[in-house]
Amino acid sequence: MNKIVYLVPLFPLIGFLINGLGRKSLSKSLIGIIGSATVLASFIVSLVLFFDVKAHGASIVDYFNFINVDSLKVSFAFQIDALSSLFLLIITGVGFLIHVYSTAYMIDEEPQHYGRYFAYLNLFIFSMLLLVMGANYVIMFIGWEGVGLCSYLLIGFWFKNDNFNYAAKKAFVMNRIGDLGFLLALFWLIQKLGTANYADVFAHASSLSSFDVTAITILLFVGAMGKSAQIPLYTWLPDAMAGPTPVSALIHAATMVTAGIYMIARSNVLYSMSEVTMNLVAIIGLATALFSATIALKQNDIKKVLAYSTVSQLGYMFLGLGVGAYTGAVFHVMTHAFFKALLFLAAGSVIHAMHHEQDIRKMGGLKKHLPITHITFLLGCIAISGIPPFSGFFSKDEILAAAFAKNPIYWGLGVAGAAMTAFYMFRLYATTFLGTFRGTHDQEHHLHESPAAMTIPLIILALLSVIGGFVGVPEILGGHHELRSFLSPVITTEVEHHIEHSTEYLLMGISVAVAAIAIIFAINKFSKKPELAEATGFGKVLSNKWYVDELYDTVFVRTTLAKGKFLKNIIEKNIIDGAVNGVGKLVNYSSRQLRLIQSGLVSGYILFMVLAIIVVVLIWVNDGYIYKFFSTLF
Amino acid sequence: MPIQYYIILSLALFCIGIVGVLVRRNVIIVFMCVELMLNAVNLLLVAFSKMHHGIAVVNDKATTVGTDAQLFVFFIMVVAAAEVSVGLAIIVMMYRNTHSVDVNFLNRLKN
Repeated sequence: MNKIVYLVPLFPLIGFLINGLGRKSLSKSLIGIIGSATVLASFIVSLVLFFDVKAHGASIVDYFNFINVDSLKVSFAFQIDALSSLFLLIITGVGFLIHVYSTAYMIDEEPQHYGRYFAYLNLFIFSMLLLVMGANYVIMFIGWEGVGLCSYLLIGFWFKNDNFNYAAKKAFVMNRIGDLGFLLALFWLIQKLGTANYADVFAHASSLSSFDVTAITILLFVGAMGKSAQIPLYTWLPDAMAGPTPVSALIHAATMVTAGIYMIARSNVLYSMSEVTMNLVAIIGLATALFSATIALKQNDIKKVLAYSTVSQLGYMFLGLGVGAYTGAVFHVMTHAFFKALLFLAAGSVIHAMHHEQDIRKMGGLKKHLPITHITFLLGCIAISGIPPFSGFFSKDEILAAAFAKNPIYWGLGVAGAAMTAFYMFRLYATTFLGTFRGTHDQEHHLHESPAAMTIPLIILALLSVIGGFVGVPEILGGHHELRSFLSPVITTEVEHHIEHSTEYLLMGISVAVAAIAIIFAINKFSKKPELAEATGFGKVLSNKWYVDELYDTVFVRTTLAKGKFLKNIIEKNIIDGAVNGVGKLVNYSSRQLRLIQSGLVSGYILFMVLAIIVVVLIWVNDGYIYKFFSTLF
Repeated sequence: MPIQYYIILSLALFCIGIVGVLVRRNVIIVFMCVELMLNAVNLLLVAFSKMHHGIAVVNDKATTVGTDAQLFVFFIMVVAAAEVSVGLAIIVMMYRNTHSVDVNFLNRLKN
């Protein structure tokens, strides 16, 4: 089976090359077929690998020496184990559905941009596969940077719009800040252990001092903050909604943003060694989950709500990681990939039908016009709200139970966040699909259900959102949690929590009840009379995202710009230019003075000659005293 | 006679030559002053030569130490003669072209 491992990333790479190079000559349908088929091929290979791992366990395939300097040897190797094969399935599976969806969603683009779009999408899949397949942190870092680049390219896909370009730059810069943390951690690790291979690092992790472990894990977590949009580096993700909607679904909800979760779950051995980092991860995750949930309450852009919901759900995953429920976090990555991709794609379907209108205040009553989108979106909302037996319930509950075992306050805040999640999701649902249509007459006339290429992925994802949770049914509900036993070879340091069964039933009951109340409340409140006016008071703070963007703008962007302006206007103009022009002026001036010596009088020239001879003779007669004098100077 | 007298004499001749070259504008005088400097050097060479030879010959009658400088003097005189012929030719050409023997008249190279 090891012989086919390289095929997984190879197919999308081929797709990228064909679509990228042939974007001007290939027809749209061919581009769409190549783009989707390569990912499908990858998916099939991943499926084979998955069952192989299930049957025979993990394997590492070493291809060639990537870096070979002195004692440091980094090989280009892929590691196929439980964790990476699961991620492979999520990436290629959800990725394939989104590719298919994109063939219809992006159909209005010109052929060459259509080709460019699919080339980027394939390149993204390739990078993401490298990220999860690498057998060491260096290969992971290649993929890590690759997905950042693709994210930049796809957010700024419509590059004629300046705002989209700014959003792309913001995403890139924010990611770079995180990447620096990752890179420093990588260097630190290599410095201390002399290797970046997962197997070697985890085997020798115990030889690291506790300070080293804490520093490395915190730096890695900084990388995860950037990539997975956690406080304080989360602001790029909502702005990333500037990209086409399928991109938001694929990159900014289902796959790339989970890279941080993957990395921490992969490094669980290191993380479990540092109590400080674990607490930091849990607190940052919880803070992000709550903070972005409050922002999502007051957003009116359909994609912005989903974006903040993504940030919030990522926060839950980090909470899970922080309390040692690595499996729960990975489980939530999986279910979240299903329902968030579904929600984004359904939102894309709505936007498609509304002719690129994203403001939910101008929608309403779309239920009867978009039946399939409506049903699938509703299923997605129920799943994310954590209503059993939908997938979101199992994964979120697992995280919350682990959080309770660690600290009941975490659990309380987590449930509050879950209630907000249910509330804003159903606010979004009710405002968009229930009530009466509030758009223009022209828009209403053109409302239509999306083509099959868009609805079929929706239906598949909806199905997965509904049943996806059954791979991780906890024991108290009569399941075996197959995901945990599957992942146990990789996630060796899972914190086992022991809560009384009665307590656990109670916790589940409370979280479900709270979510259900929030749902009923939201539907009642918004289906009849949605919020159309601009928010006031505290709501205004929320709808302006707590003014965090403005804060960052003042504190970081403006100060950096001011520094730049100072350097440009003061340092460069006066000092650098002054030095350069000064040298020029000095040469000019001194040559003008020296010119006066050339008088044309022979006796003048001879006088200089004689004086020069006298000087030479004096030096000579002094027996080299003057020479010695000068030589002492230097 | 002590060597100092020769040195002072040739120094005087040399300085007269230099000053003449520097201050006179008549090209023929300048030329003569150059010759004066050359001959000042010649005189010094011959004087030192005699002095060295005189010291060395006390110990060894057949020695040739100190006679090299006198050979130099002949070389200088030959070169000076050649220089004079070229120099005078230039002066004649200069006079033919400018009807003047003023060195400062030929200052076209200025600027």
